[in-house]
Amino acid sequence: MLGKTAGGLYWMFRALERAENTARLIEAGFRIALTRSTDPDGEWRSVIITSATQQGYDAKYDGYDSARVTDYLLRDLDNQSSVLSVIKQARDNARLVRTALTTEVWMAVNETWMLLTDVLKEPVPETDLPEVLSIIRQQSALVRGALHGTMLRNDIYDFARLGTFVERADSTARIIDVKYYALLPSPSLVGSRMDNVQWEMLLRSVSAHRSFRWATDGDYASANIADFLILDRRMPRSLAYCAATICENLEYLEEEYGERSESLVLARALRARLRDRDIASIFDEGLHEFLSSVLGDIARIGIQIEQDYRFNE
Amino acid sequence: MKLQIHHRTQYDYDAPVGYALQKVRLRPQRSIMQEVVDWELRVDGGQVEASYQDHYGNHVDLVSAEIGVRQLVITAKGTVKTHDAAGVLGRVYGRAPLWHFVQPTPLTVADDKIKALSGIIRESDTVLNGMHALSSAVLRAVPYEVGQTQATTSAVEAVAIGKGVCQDHANIFIAAARAAAIPARYVSGYLMMDDRVDQDASHAWAEVHLEGLGWVGFDVSNGVSPDERYVRIATGRDAGDDAPISGFRMGASDESLVVSLQVQQ
Amino acid sequence: MCPAERSASGPGNRVALRARLVNMLSMSKGKTYFSEMTSDTGVRDPYQSYDAWFAQQDNARLAKKSEEAEVFFRSTGITFNVYGDEDAEERLIPFDLVPRIISGREWDKLSKGIDQRVRAINAFLHDIYNRQEILRAGVIPVDLIAQNDAFLPQMIDFSPPGDVYTHIVGTDIVRTGEDEFFVLEDNARTPSGVSYMLENRETMLQMFPELFSKIKVQRVSDYPKNLRKSLEASAPKNCEGRPFVVVLTPGIHNSAYYEHSFLADQMGVELVEGHDLRVVDGHIAMRTTRGYRKIDVIYRRVDDDFLDPLTFNPDSMLGVPGIMDVYRAGNITITNAPGTGVSDDKAIYSYMPEIVEFYTGEKALLKNVETYRCSEADSLKYVLDNLADLVVKEVHGSGGYGMLVGPTASKKEIAEFAEKLKAKPSNYIAQPTLSLSTVPIFTEAGLAPRHVDLRPFALVSPNGVEITPGGLTRVALKEGSLVVNSSQGGGTKDTWVLKE
Repeated sequence: MLGKTAGGLYWMFRALERAENTARLIEAGFRIALTRSTDPDGEWRSVIITSATQQGYDAKYDGYDSARVTDYLLRDLDNQSSVLSVIKQARDNARLVRTALTTEVWMAVNETWMLLTDVLKEPVPETDLPEVLSIIRQQSALVRGALHGTMLRNDIYDFARLGTFVERADSTARIIDVKYYALLPSPSLVGSRMDNVQWEMLLRSVSAHRSFRWATDGDYASANIADFLILDRRMPRSLAYCAATICENLEYLEEEYGERSESLVLARALRARLRDRDIASIFDEGLHEFLSSVLGDIARIGIQIEQDYRFNE
Repeated sequence: MKLQIHHRTQYDYDAPVGYALQKVRLRPQRSIMQEVVDWELRVDGGQVEASYQDHYGNHVDLVSAEIGVRQLVITAKGTVKTHDAAGVLGRVYGRAPLWHFVQPTPLTVADDKIKALSGIIRESDTVLNGMHALSSAVLRAVPYEVGQTQATTSAVEAVAIGKGVCQDHANIFIAAARAAAIPARYVSGYLMMDDRVDQDASHAWAEVHLEGLGWVGFDVSNGVSPDERYVRIATGRDAGDDAPISGFRMGASDESLVVSLQVQQ
Repeated sequence: MCPAERSASGPGNRVALRARLVNMLSMSKGKTYFSEMTSDTGVRDPYQSYDAWFAQQDNARLAKKSEEAEVFFRSTGITFNVYGDEDAEERLIPFDLVPRIISGREWDKLSKGIDQRVRAINAFLHDIYNRQEILRAGVIPVDLIAQNDAFLPQMIDFSPPGDVYTHIVGTDIVRTGEDEFFVLEDNARTPSGVSYMLENRETMLQMFPELFSKIKVQRVSDYPKNLRKSLEASAPKNCEGRPFVVVLTPGIHNSAYYEHSFLADQMGVELVEGHDLRVVDGHIAMRTTRGYRKIDVIYRRVDDDFLDPLTFNPDSMLGVPGIMDVYRAGNITITNAPGTGVSDDKAIYSYMPEIVEFYTGEKALLKNVETYRCSEADSLKYVLDNLADLVVKEVHGSGGYGMLVGPTASKKEIAEFAEKLKAKPSNYIAQPTLSLSTVPIFTEAGLAPRHVDLRPFALVSPNGVEITPGGLTRVALKEGSLVVNSSQGGGTKDTWVLKE
């Protein structure tokens, strides 16, 4: 396979994952800001920070509110991470790697692009927001379904999965990091209204408010939530799950290519950091420090994958 | 005359080189003017990727730099036995047709000044004498002086500057000859200057095709036709066509170039 | 889509030129046009079965099918980018569901003519870049080659494998009568449109499977397989094992990108861009996830000028530095060969009957559109006397500009043009107006005649010439219009060649 094709697949699926994560983030922000928060503007600000677009946003706008934040994250082409931008990137990459995709995957991406460029042509009024966000989620599911249902489990699939999980790991780590203070064990605040709001925001951002209840019997405690999002390998957006999946796909590649890769060494190290330990030891290490260093690890793995598989000249 | 040539081109990169190619035209060909006794192209820090005869019959080597090196050295050396043929190469033809050598190229367009120079050909009793007269006229109009022109300077520009080196003289001469519908081409090669071993640079001159004689060489800068002190390396329609070395390099690193040339008996 | 592909270079003026030209001529009154479906005595033979089937169809159902086809084309991404504008909307070429039907006998005649013509073109290109016998013989004036921008000196004294220069040819043909076929352009450089030939057939098969059991139509679906075979057969002589073929595209913003990826996909070969390639161990190699891999044959859809920054345009980002050196060293095959554009030149076109005869020893089977070379005194006189009825074009002109369309020009314009013509006759050729045949399209009111042309595709390899039975039929959708060009409201049809 061409190195460029591997890169196109990787970035195509990073972009699709980012579109979905951004939609989820907006949805969580929207719910909390509308219904629960005493500081809606603060919630929108944390949405912007989590999406790693603060610099661009602040350069363009003064202050945070629902209309401007959602527009910046959904439609703004100046924002490289807006849903509209990343869907176009995903589709451009899909065209680039067209010969590596099944017709089903290609058509799912192409239709997603056609649909979303149409849906996001005009600013989305608040009343339409839930529907638009649901379309984004559904389209993501459609592409994912086509990928799982029709693609051969070969290197093409592995690069697609790597893109998905590197992006997802990065996103989950950011989501937790922005709210990390709400997760710190602090007896005086436990069970307070503010905590409850923050926890719900966190769980909703990763579509896990229900699965958390199932998995932990609804034991809302900061340590449980942190443990669930960081270490629980049953949870498909947890850091541990992402690291394990990245390792798995790199292992398939190593097997198929018969070549050792440096990125697998890095990915295994990350996986080891997230395995066989309890959340208390992470709190001891310092949650924010831990997350920052995990974000660094994820970035290094991404760069190493690009080099190992010759995405670029 | 037996000439020893040692032509070394050294590229120094200020960062490890990613990917670099050099197109090298440095192999003399056999003709009535010269026999190649021995010849070798050495590449240090790289390798020859492909070799072939180009559309003008020149031998071309495509050289790549080894990835990660900071220095590439291309050395052409050997022995050539030369004969004085009074500049007449004769009726030797490649596949490139004569009309092709009448067509101007970007470096050899003739403006009014060059056309005026060209007029001297018609005023002479024979075309051959006309060419000699043209050679003197070009040198008078553009005296030899280094540092005033560059590798990309055209004939028109060199005439306007009023100073030039062998390359400019050849380009102007060629432009003027073509303006008179005489096929003309550019020749790169070596000249042994009698007073020294270390030569300043490669040399260049022109050849025109004259009825009855075939290709005849004119070294405008030195006011003579090539004799046994000259070694012919490559020909083309202008200085750009048969540059001894032209290259491509990827990446932002800078390169510096050192050329040394020794020609001796 | 454009009649001649514009991958990376100029604005394809000849395309616009022809479009405008034909459009204007359509306004001239009192012309009768050859109808391919019907004649005075009823439905013509090739259309009998289709007509019978069509009579039983329900218009509403067909209209629905037509819409479905459009949705299918769009979601498949069979679109073209408007050139030079990356942000412009991708456009869809309208597809008409009524096939253009050619009888086996008619095709036989056409394909023999095309076969002869592409063989002659390849012999001509080989000659031009080697001994130039045709110039020595005085059949073609030297100036036509010397002044030809597409002539590449770098191809002199070099013979590609099997002496094949133009491996893929798309010959533009117009029909004006029962037995009247004319070649309008040869497109030996980089013809595009073959993906539409294949997709149109695929669409018809899906929409109307029953038609194909009733009517025996020759297959076009072997084209990708044959293209790959043909490219493999053109591999360098020293190539060992199965030749490795790739398609080189300028990238996703190119107007014909869809076709590039479609062909790579259908052939099962890699689609590469210039930056995927470099010179490795004397060969061109592509960067894979596991290192560099040698390539033997490159089907390039990048223009000559952009092919190799080390040899041609040094600013090109689309090409592969050193590929011309590797090519001349015999370690890669470039298809179509650089420099084939020489034969697409308008002035060379006018000599095509002589070229065919010179190299094949036979009379040309396919006619040229009558072309008056104003460099010749008799022609010049005729042209000057008949300017009002003719189209006059610059021989090497960059199209559009400097041409005269007699039937729509004012008296003043004609008079002014006559002066230019007299000042430099050799700079011009002139052609009569063309009466393109019609084939019906489907409209809500039923069938309606529209003008068409045809581009069949020929593959040439050292093993011979292969012409796919069919081609791309372009149709002017506007009533009365002779503009078949897609950028001017033209559409496409499936082209059927009947088994007989």
